[in-house]
Amino acid sequence: MEVEAAMEAKDMEVQRDSSPVVLRVDHVAKSFRLPTEQATGLKMAFLNWTKGIKGYTEQRVLRDISFEVRQGDFFGVVGRNGSGKSTLLKIISQIYVPEEGTVEVKGKLVPFIELGVGFNPELTGRENVYLNGALLGFSRSEIDAMYDDIVEFAELDAFMDQKLKNYSSGMQVRLAFSVAIKAQGDILVLDEVLAVGDEAFQQKCDAFFKQVKEDPTKTVILVTHSMGAMKQYCNKAILIKDGEIVASGDPKTVADQYSLENAQSSNYFRTKDQGEFARPLGLNARVPKLKVTHEGDKFVDGSQPFEFSVEYEFTEDKPAYLGLILQDVRRGAQVYDVDSQTESKGIRVAGGHHVMRFSVPLDLVNNGEYRIFATMREGQTDDAAVPRSIAFTNDDNCCYFAVRSKDGAENGVLNVKAMHIDVLGLQD
Amino acid sequence: MKSIIRRIGERYRYSMVVFKELVKTDFRLRYQGSFLGMAWSVLKPLMLFAVMYVVFVRFLKFSDGTPTFPISLLCGTCLWSFFTEATSMGMRAIVDRGDLLRKVHFPNYIIVASTTMGSMISLGINLLVVIVFGFFAHAHYTWRVLLVPFSILQLYLLALGVTLLLGTLYVYFRDVAHIWDVVTQAMFYATPIIYPISMIAQRAPDFAWASKILMLNPSTQVIMDIRHNLLSPEYIPTVWSFVGNPLLCLIPYALSAVILVLGIVVFRKYSAKFAEVL
Repeated sequence: MEVEAAMEAKDMEVQRDSSPVVLRVDHVAKSFRLPTEQATGLKMAFLNWTKGIKGYTEQRVLRDISFEVRQGDFFGVVGRNGSGKSTLLKIISQIYVPEEGTVEVKGKLVPFIELGVGFNPELTGRENVYLNGALLGFSRSEIDAMYDDIVEFAELDAFMDQKLKNYSSGMQVRLAFSVAIKAQGDILVLDEVLAVGDEAFQQKCDAFFKQVKEDPTKTVILVTHSMGAMKQYCNKAILIKDGEIVASGDPKTVADQYSLENAQSSNYFRTKDQGEFARPLGLNARVPKLKVTHEGDKFVDGSQPFEFSVEYEFTEDKPAYLGLILQDVRRGAQVYDVDSQTESKGIRVAGGHHVMRFSVPLDLVNNGEYRIFATMREGQTDDAAVPRSIAFTNDDNCCYFAVRSKDGAENGVLNVKAMHIDVLGLQD
Repeated sequence: MKSIIRRIGERYRYSMVVFKELVKTDFRLRYQGSFLGMAWSVLKPLMLFAVMYVVFVRFLKFSDGTPTFPISLLCGTCLWSFFTEATSMGMRAIVDRGDLLRKVHFPNYIIVASTTMGSMISLGINLLVVIVFGFFAHAHYTWRVLLVPFSILQLYLLALGVTLLLGTLYVYFRDVAHIWDVVTQAMFYATPIIYPISMIAQRAPDFAWASKILMLNPSTQVIMDIRHNLLSPEYIPTVWSFVGNPLLCLIPYALSAVILVLGIVVFRKYSAKFAEVL
């Protein structure tokens, strides 16, 4: 049964790969001019001109983006805030003009960027549907044909002759969203819309997305922060970081990569920009180098131990102690700490520049994002109760990895092999 | 070849759909919440006319010595208020509709065209009022009335050209709105609306040449053409009867065309960036 479903999914993939390309983004780059001072006045423009000041700084938002979307694709775009997703979407929707590269669109593209395109509070719901539809390129008769569908989906039948200003914000969004998805476009571009409406409406959207996913003629481009939604609906995805595509292809891989990106940025000791010669936080002249690096894949399923190496440089000719801490990034817990074992004070290492390899078994932890960071201490004497810390790895120098096993749970750090709770029985 | 034609047709179909819907919306919203609604389209120019009539015709005794002066004054008022309304509202339209430009791609000249078209509808209503009044105010309707639509088209295209230019400038420099307020006021006095053009030569014979230059101003030329053809071919002079030299007479028409082309060129050049700048 499962095999059959898998075969079917595979068939669908093949079918999609042979379907025509409806959107081609080819080496697109875009930068914005950010005015350094308010330059929307003749005075400032003139002053800047006389002084020879440009009056703006260039900011590169998209660097070199290329991808293709085929008919029937449910295409996900993820990235952190400010990574250039929305700019990309606006370029696809032809609201912005790309500086370099080209965008080719085949068919009618219906954008849903921010909420309610051209909604006017003084018009009634009905009038707004027609206005909105016209802006999306539909004539009156075409909207007549889809009007009932739109109203039914929005569940606003009783309010269509009310002015929009009397709608609640949720109702407005519902109406706008319904127009966008019920409009008979070929490519639907959705920006951050999954948080629309109440639970009942969400379920409706969910059903709609599932139906669209199966429809080989409808193409959807979805920008989202919800990894769950992406894994559920999308068949292809890209991850954008600093205006570049850093991962593309299978939505599950992209989603995992994104989770890891996010984990890395929830930093505590990130190095502030202190110029070229400044040492990262945690390092100093005595320990100029301390870095944890992964040896294999950053994504592991937990069945094999995770291998990593620590590169350190200790300029003094005496032993030091290496502490290794495994931390759960998402939940914030310290899962394991070699350093806290009082009898060893960590791993004894010799001075000099060395690379040491380690492995840690992961069959006892659940799915999640983890990181390993290292500390270096000097034991003053053998009986020293408090070893002195001399270095630690900051967020740039520690090692991130993610555990993703098929049957691994998401809640709790430890899995059932490590931990379980016994039922003792009822009290009375 | 056929597919090109079809694609152009498709492109303009979309423009037409948006244009119609925006004109409708603008018109619906224009008198939104006012008690008399649409009636203001008629009432406003009539009231303005009443003020001007009392001040300039009754008190200051402005007249060209013909019985058609009052109706000519009304007609001029309507045409001028179209021009100022279309240009000043059209100029702000791009910025006011910025939310639209930032969310959906559509040919943005439609915004300017639809706003000016809204003023055009008002002008249409006003001209009907003028024509009705003309029957009681010595207007002499001849076959020349048929020429009026051409002049109206010229007036619309002139206003459109100016608006496209101003609208583009306004996106970058909001100062333009204040400058334009002053310029329209100056143009109002430079155009013989409240005074007959013959009055310049009459009251200040040394400046008779100035009245010829005023006639070469496209806004004067087109307003005088409309008055001449619509109200009284006998009494109201046009650039042709006033300037004489046929080559010079073509100047205002050529200027209108130049302004329109310049407006289109400038607007097209900058309009792709509007969504980013706004």
